[in-house]
Amino acid sequence: MKRHLTGKRLKYKSMTFIDRFSAVQLDVLKEVGNIGAGHAATALSYLLERKIGMFVPSVQLADFDEVVELSGSAEEVVVSVFLKIEGDAPGGMFFILSPPQAESFVRIMTGDASFTIHNPKSMGIGVSALKELGNILAGSYLTALSDLTQLTLYPSVPSLNIDMAGAILSFGLLELSLVSDQGIVIETCLTDPSNETKESVEGHFFLFPDPDSYDTLFKALGVSAYD
Amino acid sequence: MTKMIQMVKVGIADLKVTKSLEKLRTSGLGSCVGIVIYDEIHKTAGMAHIMLPDSTLARKGDINRFKYADTAIEDLLIELSRSGADTFRLKAKIAGGAQMFHFTPASEMMRIGPRNVEAVKKKLVSLRIPIEAQDVGGQSGRTIEFNPLTSSLHIKTVNKKEMII
Repeated sequence: MKRHLTGKRLKYKSMTFIDRFSAVQLDVLKEVGNIGAGHAATALSYLLERKIGMFVPSVQLADFDEVVELSGSAEEVVVSVFLKIEGDAPGGMFFILSPPQAESFVRIMTGDASFTIHNPKSMGIGVSALKELGNILAGSYLTALSDLTQLTLYPSVPSLNIDMAGAILSFGLLELSLVSDQGIVIETCLTDPSNETKESVEGHFFLFPDPDSYDTLFKALGVSAYD
Repeated sequence: MTKMIQMVKVGIADLKVTKSLEKLRTSGLGSCVGIVIYDEIHKTAGMAHIMLPDSTLARKGDINRFKYADTAIEDLLIELSRSGADTFRLKAKIAGGAQMFHFTPASEMMRIGPRNVEAVKKKLVSLRIPIEAQDVGGQSGRTIEFNPLTSSLHIKTVNKKEMII
């Protein structure tokens, strides 16, 4: 006799953190993503001397499993630049690229057409180029956010990882996981307007404010923290 | 007749128990730890994917018990004995707990991987469940798959060859 058992989730109620957010507040967060990524897209466009487009950002309430699968599967290898945000509204920010896209950016930036992330010899310069790219993009994202909110926000030194998306993005969920089982994902996609196919998404920004930073952000943007 | 081996997916802060014909799998473990507890004779196994070391870290009263090392292991034991495993025979294999990021000054969250591993080991020792094999720490993500028929744990990382413990 085969007895089938799957684990049952125990009943729990920890939705209060997420339930609190109103439609207006989510719209404000969308605008935050919009302005931040708009500036980052402009910076990237100057850096690579080509046109860069942008997706209308999305703000989603998602389970942790859904969050780590937004840029592919949890197991998929991605190139990620992570910065800790410090200052008035701490949090974390990821800039995520597919390995071919990261290679293409580095080739444009360094002029080395043979660069691959699998060649350890050329990795040194590639790592520097990718970190600098992440630094510039996140810097312009944060500057825009800081101008908008009049809050002091500054990025840490960027950390570059080439690893499974789940292993990387779950780190951004840790602070949130102390109060909630869902995440608010402020996601923006950069695109290549010359390429009309679906593959044209060039990068994803994910902004994860720490749980306590939401009230600070809403207050600074003139939205009541509780409604 | 050959029977298809099914794959049971274990998500983040999730826990599943299975018998013989189903493999257990969880993807993209970074600082999280995958804990497998199994009964080799009954071919019964359970897997938990924990995020945080201790349920006392929770800032809210009602918690998802599968998110923390201490409560997830307790629940894993309950589920295993419900599905017919003999608790005296249980053994464990664990993987994960990497430190994916390095910043200075290092915050407590940076060290969450090693802290998760310590908490898992402490809990298993207190419950007298021997750790048969482990692949923990380091700086790389892992995807793990457990086969209850052979009690083998397959571990995939980005840069290394797949290993079996």
